[in-house]
Amino acid sequence: MKKVVSLLLLMAMAMTLVVGCGKTNNKNTAGNATEPTQAATDTPAATEETTPEAGGDVSGIKVGVIYIGDENEGYTAAHMAGIDEMIAALGLSADQVIEKTTIGEDEAAYDAAVDLADQGCNIIFANSFGHETYMMQAAAEFPEVQFCHATGYQAKSSGLPNMHNYFTAVYESRYVSGVVAGLKLNEMIEKGDITADQAKMGYVGAFPYAEVVSGYTAFYLGAKSVCPSVTMEVQYTNSWADMAAENEVAKSLIANGAKVISQHADTTGAPTACEEAGVPVVGYNVDMTSVAPNTALTSATINWGPYYTYAVKSIIDGTPIATDWCQGFADGAVGTSPLNEKAVAAGTAEKVAEVEAALKDGSLKVFDTSTFTVQNSKLEDLITSNADFAKFSAYVSDGYFHESEVISAPAFELRIDGITELTK
Amino acid sequence: MSKEGANKEVFLRMSKRDSISRTKAWTIRLIAIALSLIVCALVIVFITNDNPIQVYLGIIDGAIGKKRRMWVTIREIMTLLIIAVGLTPAFKMRFWNIGAEGQILMGGAATAAVMIYFGNSMPNWLLLLIIFAASSIAGMLWGVLPAVFKAYYNTNETLFTLMLNYVAMQIVTFCIVFWENPTGSNTVGIINGATRKGWFQEIFGMQYGLNIIVVLIMTVGVYLYMRHSKQGYEIAVVGESQNTAKYAGINVKKVIIRTMMISGGICGLAGSIIVSGASHTISTSTADGRGFTAIIVAWMSKFNPIAMLAVSAFLVFMQQGSIQIASQYGLNENASDIITGVLLFFLIGCEFFINYKVEFRGNKKGVQ
Repeated sequence: MKKVVSLLLLMAMAMTLVVGCGKTNNKNTAGNATEPTQAATDTPAATEETTPEAGGDVSGIKVGVIYIGDENEGYTAAHMAGIDEMIAALGLSADQVIEKTTIGEDEAAYDAAVDLADQGCNIIFANSFGHETYMMQAAAEFPEVQFCHATGYQAKSSGLPNMHNYFTAVYESRYVSGVVAGLKLNEMIEKGDITADQAKMGYVGAFPYAEVVSGYTAFYLGAKSVCPSVTMEVQYTNSWADMAAENEVAKSLIANGAKVISQHADTTGAPTACEEAGVPVVGYNVDMTSVAPNTALTSATINWGPYYTYAVKSIIDGTPIATDWCQGFADGAVGTSPLNEKAVAAGTAEKVAEVEAALKDGSLKVFDTSTFTVQNSKLEDLITSNADFAKFSAYVSDGYFHESEVISAPAFELRIDGITELTK
Repeated sequence: MSKEGANKEVFLRMSKRDSISRTKAWTIRLIAIALSLIVCALVIVFITNDNPIQVYLGIIDGAIGKKRRMWVTIREIMTLLIIAVGLTPAFKMRFWNIGAEGQILMGGAATAAVMIYFGNSMPNWLLLLIIFAASSIAGMLWGVLPAVFKAYYNTNETLFTLMLNYVAMQIVTFCIVFWENPTGSNTVGIINGATRKGWFQEIFGMQYGLNIIVVLIMTVGVYLYMRHSKQGYEIAVVGESQNTAKYAGINVKKVIIRTMMISGGICGLAGSIIVSGASHTISTSTADGRGFTAIIVAWMSKFNPIAMLAVSAFLVFMQQGSIQIASQYGLNENASDIITGVLLFFLIGCEFFINYKVEFRGNKKGVQ
């Protein structure tokens, strides 16, 4: 028996050696090529700035990135694409970027952050909300390293000079995608498929807090700007990425009479349900036409490339990074995925272009207080009359809610009229 | 089947071994470890197209290549070890406690509660003592519940403890609603981040010194308890045969309940080591499957604490190492799960060859 085992052992060892040696030769090409997990080809904005800036010294730069998910999950995939765009724009080599995927929101995030700092990273990004406190812990320990955290809100209040928050004005792209949904509802009304007061949308939300509320309100206001009779129901999955739950929630919203579905959750669960039921759907993060070729209208997308390029370039140039960074259409940081001509209403493209232009030049504000009411009164009136709403006074002036201007993270957590939150 | 076929001897024959020498057993184990490493290398080479030697250097670098990585590895080893130690008395009694996950979660939740509600009202040493007490009691409750039912109603403890894991998970989910920061985010975040109240502090300049001290005390304590105390002997007797135990005048019910209090209590304490000593937060993934991995550690070590330390160290070493491999080669962390899975497959599989003899039959023996 021993003989057989040792024979097996020998064979296995020999095989390992052969395979190993055979592959060593192309290690440099194959090994490094696999490093950036996301194909750099689908980042259109990178083309203009492919030559590295002559002024800064790029060679000393090391970038660490901590992702909550991996390339299989839309939210993280969008961040990876942004990092790739940055690498191309600044002319870094792949080994100057260390990426850590599927890092949970516990001590793993801290371990990952300090490990990246130990490896000599000058700047470290983390992309999930729950990573923030761990980034702050690491930032206090490594004052010479810059820590940038997406979707967080504590950089300013932490008082740490090397802690930064970034987010995008995704509410702008949600507004635009809402316009697309509203036009689709108008088409149904015109065709006589539904009456005007049946124009109800469903929204699959992740968690009941500001980031999601801000997003669905913007979506709703976009739809309402073209279809005044629209209403919306929101149901939460209490998870960022739970494909089965998102699928279920979408189905129950459709059963409840929703004519259009949108989502703020990271998987393709909802679009899959919509494709089955033949209900138009507006996605998030990634183009959903692959799972819902007949029903996906468009997706509200975030392009993280501009921020990553900005932040790393600041390190190269030795300029400070903004404590709170938030940009929208004007900087190309948000967008909508290509309209699905098979599904959208006629004339959508023109209307979308018009709305985008208005958002870019600032003539249109998403949270224009004249377009919605809260508890049947105007927001400005509520702030002066109701103590519960006084905290929003810092945000509201000049006739609109200044989302993402005080801090980069969304702050609009008002439940406006016309939207119903369904609780189980 | 033809006659010839029926007469043919089986090529492979397995029989139970009466006994096996220590050297032989360890040779088999070492072969299994070597084989598992080779298979892991093959898997990684298949995925990354890289030289396996490079890959193993990467694993070593990831686990102990830097001072901080070494400390993280030690911290994880200690956590796994204390859970395995906690499970030992129950398993020795043949009480299949697969509820360590739940006991850890309850201990962790108790720890978080103490940190949140009493964090600012007392000195840290006192707070830590209360944390140790609270987490042990929470784990104890979670352990004693199935023990009482087993002792009095002879319920199936495997199912009972397993189901309590899910109950514990729901309780933690429920607690998070109260403690979440900010509201609606479903995460608690670092507890007492600014004041560091209830955190394990550096001891002798070692970041995880207190983790080591607590775990080693518990390990030695359980070893002595099992080997050199009357109660430890009673546990062994109950484990061998409850009837013998009854005949010998041992109060079986009492032993079952007492032992599970100890087992659950230590697993609860492990929860405080995770929450106070490492993550400083509570979530449903606080136990993170360690309660199940520890079962394997305890079994494979035959409840020998030194072996437990070695097995935990080996598993954690490979886990931490494969995290490095993942980021080095652009894989995701599933790579770590694959490697751990392969290791466990071989390590558990080799126990079969220790217990059973495999004989290959040639023609020379003749057919009867």
